[in-house]
Amino acid sequence: MPDVTREAEMAAVLEIEGLRKTYRSRRRGTRQALDGFDMRVEAGQVHGFLGPNGSGKTTTLRTLLGLIRPNGGRMAILGQEVPAALPSVAGQVGAIVESPQFFPHFSARDTLSLLAGAGGVPQTRVMEVLELVGLRERAKDRVKTYSLGMKQRLAVASALLKNPKLLILDEPANGLDPGGIREMRSLMRDLAASGMTVVVSSHILGEVQLICDSVTIISLGRRVAAGPVAEVLAEHSGNGLRVRLEAVTDLPHAADLLTRAGARVTPHDDHLLVYDVDKPATVTRTLAAANLYVSELATLTVDLESVFLELTATAPVPGQHRQVDQSVVVDGSSGDPTTSNGGWGV
Amino acid sequence: MNLYTTELRRLGKRRFVRYLTLAGLLVLVAVAVGMFLTNQKIGPAQVAEAERVAERDYQQNVAMTQQFRAECERAKVAGDAPRDRFPEDCSSITPPPRDAFQAEWHLPATFEFREEFAETLITVTAVLALVAFVGGASFVGAEWSTGGMMNLLLWRPQRIRVLLTKLGALLSALFGVTVLAGVLWTAAFWATGSLRGSTAGMTAGAWQSFGLTGLRGLALVLLAGALGFGLASLGRHTALALGGVLGVMVVGQFGLGVVLAMAQVRFIESWLLPTYLLAWMNKKVTLQDWAACQASYTGECEPLTRDITWQSSSVLFAVSLVVVLGGAIWSMRRRDIT
Ligand SMILES: Nc1ncnc2c1ncn2[C@@H]1O[C@H](COP(=O)(O)OP(=O)(O)OP(=O)(O)O)[C@@H](O)[C@H]1O
Ligand SMILES: [Mg+2]
Repeated sequence: MPDVTREAEMAAVLEIEGLRKTYRSRRRGTRQALDGFDMRVEAGQVHGFLGPNGSGKTTTLRTLLGLIRPNGGRMAILGQEVPAALPSVAGQVGAIVESPQFFPHFSARDTLSLLAGAGGVPQTRVMEVLELVGLRERAKDRVKTYSLGMKQRLAVASALLKNPKLLILDEPANGLDPGGIREMRSLMRDLAASGMTVVVSSHILGEVQLICDSVTIISLGRRVAAGPVAEVLAEHSGNGLRVRLEAVTDLPHAADLLTRAGARVTPHDDHLLVYDVDKPATVTRTLAAANLYVSELATLTVDLESVFLELTATAPVPGQHRQVDQSVVVDGSSGDPTTSNGGWGV
Repeated sequence: MNLYTTELRRLGKRRFVRYLTLAGLLVLVAVAVGMFLTNQKIGPAQVAEAERVAERDYQQNVAMTQQFRAECERAKVAGDAPRDRFPEDCSSITPPPRDAFQAEWHLPATFEFREEFAETLITVTAVLALVAFVGGASFVGAEWSTGGMMNLLLWRPQRIRVLLTKLGALLSALFGVTVLAGVLWTAAFWATGSLRGSTAGMTAGAWQSFGLTGLRGLALVLLAGALGFGLASLGRHTALALGGVLGVMVVGQFGLGVVLAMAQVRFIESWLLPTYLLAWMNKKVTLQDWAACQASYTGECEPLTRDITWQSSSVLFAVSLVVVLGGAIWSMRRRDIT
């Protein structure tokens, strides 16, 4: 795979390979939450981590942060193997894991001040982050008296406290008001612009599409798609391309050429829809060779939501109530389930 | 070091812990004040007063017997005496001897520092050990149940170190509070002794003995704190759950006592926890079994005895500490935090 070298060249802030986790309980037996999960996040990106309920997102993040012990696989943060190197990288990783809880009788300021103390972060940083998340005025109130969104803001503040290189946010928008969501969006953009890498798990796909550079989609503990948002969208729109030419009259000729080059073509009045080409450049090259000039070449737009629903097979079906573990089942014998989709390389 | 100081700060900020400590100290203050108020110094005035009361009681008794005897004689003469009201012979009605009315009995309570201080150390230890147990449990238990522990571990992903640092902070705070309370307690009772009793006979040896009892008390307080901490960390829950454990223990001990009594086991107390606590503080508890007669050379029946020493208590304490703390550390290392 040519991708391997390219991947190795780019700095991976977060790498997970073949991660497995089986929860065991005495009464309920075992539950395989992660089943050979892979993930890779490159430096400076905002990376969306998507998956239906119970697909293993929180489990992945907890494992990554050393809260639970995996049954197999390897993980690395900032190039260091975890959990072994966790104590040394922890200072560079800020995280919130699934609606974090705080000691209810402490004020926000005390809570953060104690965390700062434990992590060796200067106390002046406490008011800075509280200001950043809009809790300055309420900093002295007990956390118990906070609303859901305020607690979520406090959680984000706690993750930002150490000014991390890698910020991990598990459903940070949970409970935020529209203004808060928009603030969160610009906050994440600013942080990424300042060089921070952000991994954000979310169910609000419109939001993800707006802020994320790349995504990983997980279903039943396995990766089903990954890569830059545009590529994931393109791949799962069946690589559909809309092709316009300078002269409409050339369309039938073009259709003929492309079909012979192996593409599937649906002609329309003023454009062609071209499927099954490996990359858009093939179209341009094929047509240019016949002196046909492309005036528009666009990938067909699909939104992340429909791709997500298709990939995870969680689209609602009228008259049925989908149960949480009814997601897409990837054939385990074929190895990496994403290879057929091109993965993140292409 | 910053983790340690942070944990001390956290402990100090915990309202429940603060109120609990305050309540414990208030109980101790109440006991000390009560002891001060209910004791008196014995001087010539108190002795004279006691003599007077004893004499008055004696005189009253003499007067009453004489009156009774007179009634008896009158009834005998009249011949209408109810049979069972008076004895056959009225002369057998005699007043009790004078030494049946001793002045000592009428002396007010007084505080003999040398005799009584050691016992008060058990009170301080009991109160502080309870505070330590519940406080230690709440300190780490609330941390677990509110998710604070998880947050902290995201910052310091060294589980054992975090747990032991918390324990260290707890124990040093307990140490400080206990030493402080011990010093104030000693001062308060020294004052009670000086002003409301006597501090006579306090030799260096006596001080040393109190010092050692105090040290054993301190050890017991720290042990209670560590056990509460360990149990709450094992159960990952608050003092509430721990109250359950405590309840089960009390009921369990009570039930055990009943069962053993029915099985007619000898020295039931040797199966019960309080005996060992007492043995630890007093250095020795002697259990007696009156059901077993050991004829002494004077022909009297002597009970069978068994000594429980502070050494056997220390073995029990060490084992429970190792089991509970070891279990807490093991579970901290092994179990997932979700
Ligand atoms: N402590 C646990 N014990 C047993 N099973 C668990 C535990 N935590 C999670 N699971 C199971 O593991 C699977 C993955 O759960 P996880 O919390 O990772 O999902 P998620 O992707 O975060 O879902 P959501 O979008 O709802 O937050 C689920 O089937 C869940 O039931
Ligand atoms: Mg989750």
